[in-house]
Amino acid sequence: MEHIRTTKVEQVKLLDRFSTSNKSLTGTLYLTATHLLFIDSHQKETWILHHHIALVEKLALTTSGCPLVIQCKNFRTVHFIVPRERDCHDIYNSLLQLSKQAKYEDLYAFSYNPKQNDSERLRGWQLVDLAEEYKRMGVPNSNWQLSDANRDYKAAICRCSQPLSGFSARCLEDEHLLQAISKANPANRYMYVMDTRPRLNAMANRAAGKGYENEDNYSNIRFQFVGIENIHVMRSSLQKLLEVNGTKGLSVSDFYSGLENAGWLRHIKAVMDAAIFLAKAIMVENASVLVHCSDGWDRTSQVCSLGSLLLDPYYRTIRGFMVLIEKDWISFGHKYSERCGHLDGDPKEVSPVFTQFLECVWHLTEQFPQAFEFNEAFLLQIHEHIHSCQFGNFIGNCQKEREELKLKEKTYSLWPFLLDDQEKYFNPLYSSTSQKLAVLEPNTVSFNFKFWRNMYHQFDRTLHPRQSVFNIIMNMNEQNKQLQKDVKDLESQIKQHKNKQTDGVLTKELLNSVRPESPALKTSLCLKEQTLLPVNDALRTIEGSNPADNRYSEYADEFSKAEPAVVSSEYGVARMTC
Amino acid sequence: MEFSELIRTGQAQAELLRGPEMPPLRGTLCVTGHHLLLSPGPQATPDLWLLLLRSVDSIEKRVAGDAGTITLRCKDLRVLQLDIEGVEATLDIARSIEALSSLESVITSFPFFYRPKGLRLGEAWHFHPPERYYKRIARETRAWRLSEANEDFSLCPSYPRAVIVPRAVDDDALARSARFRQGGRFPVLSYYHAPRGTVLLRSSQPLTGPQKLRCAEDEELLRAVLAEARPGARGFIVDTRSAQAAKQARMTGGGTEAKAAYPGWKRLHRPLERGRPLQESFVRLMEACGDPEQSMDRWLSRLDGCRWLSHVKEALSTACLAAQGMEWEGACILVHGAEGTDSTLLVTSLAQLILDPLSRTMAGFQELIEREWIQHEAPIFLLFLDCVWQLGRQFPLSLEFGEGMLLALFDHSYASPFGTFLCNSEKERCLCEVRTRTHSLWSGLNQPKEQRKLRNPLYVPNPLAIWPSVEPQSLRLWQGLFLRWTHPPEPSEVAWEKVWQIATDQKTEGSQPTDSASEPQP
Repeated sequence: MEHIRTTKVEQVKLLDRFSTSNKSLTGTLYLTATHLLFIDSHQKETWILHHHIALVEKLALTTSGCPLVIQCKNFRTVHFIVPRERDCHDIYNSLLQLSKQAKYEDLYAFSYNPKQNDSERLRGWQLVDLAEEYKRMGVPNSNWQLSDANRDYKAAICRCSQPLSGFSARCLEDEHLLQAISKANPANRYMYVMDTRPRLNAMANRAAGKGYENEDNYSNIRFQFVGIENIHVMRSSLQKLLEVNGTKGLSVSDFYSGLENAGWLRHIKAVMDAAIFLAKAIMVENASVLVHCSDGWDRTSQVCSLGSLLLDPYYRTIRGFMVLIEKDWISFGHKYSERCGHLDGDPKEVSPVFTQFLECVWHLTEQFPQAFEFNEAFLLQIHEHIHSCQFGNFIGNCQKEREELKLKEKTYSLWPFLLDDQEKYFNPLYSSTSQKLAVLEPNTVSFNFKFWRNMYHQFDRTLHPRQSVFNIIMNMNEQNKQLQKDVKDLESQIKQHKNKQTDGVLTKELLNSVRPESPALKTSLCLKEQTLLPVNDALRTIEGSNPADNRYSEYADEFSKAEPAVVSSEYGVARMTC
Repeated sequence: MEFSELIRTGQAQAELLRGPEMPPLRGTLCVTGHHLLLSPGPQATPDLWLLLLRSVDSIEKRVAGDAGTITLRCKDLRVLQLDIEGVEATLDIARSIEALSSLESVITSFPFFYRPKGLRLGEAWHFHPPERYYKRIARETRAWRLSEANEDFSLCPSYPRAVIVPRAVDDDALARSARFRQGGRFPVLSYYHAPRGTVLLRSSQPLTGPQKLRCAEDEELLRAVLAEARPGARGFIVDTRSAQAAKQARMTGGGTEAKAAYPGWKRLHRPLERGRPLQESFVRLMEACGDPEQSMDRWLSRLDGCRWLSHVKEALSTACLAAQGMEWEGACILVHGAEGTDSTLLVTSLAQLILDPLSRTMAGFQELIEREWIQHEAPIFLLFLDCVWQLGRQFPLSLEFGEGMLLALFDHSYASPFGTFLCNSEKERCLCEVRTRTHSLWSGLNQPKEQRKLRNPLYVPNPLAIWPSVEPQSLRLWQGLFLRWTHPPEPSEVAWEKVWQIATDQKTEGSQPTDSASEPQP
């Protein structure tokens, strides 16, 4: 608390990010040990977790006050105007301190207390168990002792870092290991080695004594570059993307030329193409594949996890996806704390590698709407928490560091909390039995890649569709289930009545109450009831840590009333209609 | 004229290629008066493939050795390739298709011959749409009347016989106003917004010319509109041209309303692209959509370069502006560009969809198209459909019709066995007796078997205005249309089936217990 000088500022304005006429809401700003909270005059609360803050800026003083701009890692951008510069300065300084912690122990997860006892917490951590997962995949078996294989195929996905080959170095043991991998696959003696880097980068690495496998030194390998750019390129690409979509009054033309210049979708496509290459090698050629990049924890994680997702329907379930993240990301040393900038560290280590993975998954859910048990909200919630530092899962940079931090004793795991809420994350269209969707073969023509509005504008309500299909289908599904249950209950009552030899009139009455109308009429009844309910959790309900935030609550007319002389051409804001 | 004069050949053996995801068809090809037929023989499915010749946009032929290839580009964006045995046969078939697909005459077109089972002639024609619409308005207000001043199409050949005008203005004044407007399109009511008592009007540009002519009756008409709305009501003239273009139009006899002559009315210029630039935009988009091999950068650059989505944004923004004027400012709105037959209709019809819940129903939408659109075969109608699709995407529960309906309208607007989209004006339609000698598209579409394709299973009547977001991030390329033939079908169709199932037919769900209530108990 030593960083907090001012805890409450009144008469603060929150500007609408996209309004060209500087529309704003007035309210009170509160600073707590973990959150920045803004409550506007309609009592609507905006919670911002300190750990989510990527950048705080204090702009030049204006006549209405001192502007404070906060950019968050979950792509929220807020623009406050604080009446007194003194207050603004205090808050700015506090946020600078609070958003960049020097020690792991100061992260929110170490103080977060959801009122669970030790055994509950431990059970939470055991919920996703990798040993179980390897058992599920059928390893160790006679061919495999340790590593990673795919359940249905003899072929396997393996991963490592780049070899330290330089220009001529060799390592016999490494060559033998690879030979052992290819021998472990009885179906195909050849194996692929995928280097996920662009060829030029890999060659440059040779000068530093690293590099890539020489096909001549390894027997039976086929070498392949797939050309995913490095973390620095990805970081600046995302930066460009955010600059474009943060522009006020953006034209269609600027948007598309900005998308092109940012290169973001090109990178997403490259990751996807690499995963498809991997899946095809295993599916079609039955060949094992060894995947690596430079260090083996960024691009390699992306490609291996996406490849697994394409091949194995289990990973497309809610629980399976958690396992996949634990397996291919957390346990294989994706450096979450560095990539997400959890601590005040080297900004050059920050990179949206995991965000890209989530975006690739989203693209898959768009192309295969029935193949995933979870919906978009699930992906957004996970993204929220890789940055929130509220749970221990993503803290630290590798397994070793995590054990040293005693995360399982001192923090909670995210997964049980998501599982408790899982009805929010169900995809109502999911079809677990569809054989056609056993292995996904996505089409990566350029047309298929779209800007993920619900991620990069998740807090910019005005840009979203005004009604949610998922909600209504979810509701209808629930209604249908409820009706089926009612039918069953009533039927069993009828049977009971019959057993008691009750007279037929009563049975008839009951039957009538069971099926009052035609299915069509029934549906229309459900529809009417359902749409009257406020659609509150169209995307997510947990905001940072606080479910009290009602971003999706009643959203009345903020439509700016135009001046008598000019009709405003601004249509960013509209009213909710359901 | 006999069709047989234009048909050069009886038949030929050919193979038809219909794009990457469809298997080729081999069989006997022949040309009839209205169709290209391919019969693959009795065992094959389908056992007959038909193409309406009117839907052929352009044709290319190539011969090599003793075979030839004909490539047909269709108006519904399909590209078909026919590999034909025999050079002579190829050339003959190509010539026949060229001659028959470019026939201008309306009354020899297929709708005049199309007599499907189960449909009766004269059914489902929305006779006299203005009269039907007037009945609705008359329940709300006495300020408007139905005028039959255009009974013989002498005032305006492109208006229907009856139009809705301010009660205070007589037919003589209408005639004078018509003379002052291009093509006789004087200001008439397009939509009455009952919740605010305001109106949406449309017309063509006034013929002010270089001398800045005025017309007292035209001014009186617009004055009466404001006076009858409410005392002190204001009006906005939404001119779909730039201020400069409107000014330049004076040189060719057109122009725009002078401020001083129309007190209470304020002009707003919202330039919308139409005609040739819009056509080019569409062609460039189609070219971009035809190339699945292109890199991401190239695709984004072409999507930007064709400017189609900019046109979508401009059209929706302008419609929102008109709608906002009525709903929020309580103002009356007059929309016109030059002729008042393309971008004007785009704006007035979209504004109605935004404001009027009835126009979002299946029947209301059909009536809206009948009332507003006279000229369908143009990219402007496609732009309208695209804008409606964007509305449907942002308000997925508020339109009673689905994407299938918009696709059907697109297809039928270019080439159709139905007569609804024939001719360019009411006058022509009457001359050709379209309503008595052809079937209405609506009778075709409203058949029960078509409903699953056309309706939105999630529809819930929504009494409010639907204000779309027009930010570029909120608009999307209409893949269902533009990539319909180049992009393999997605599993999303299966998903849509599932949505239908959940919404309408829970009994077919696999999880349903066998002893359901619909089965009689033993």
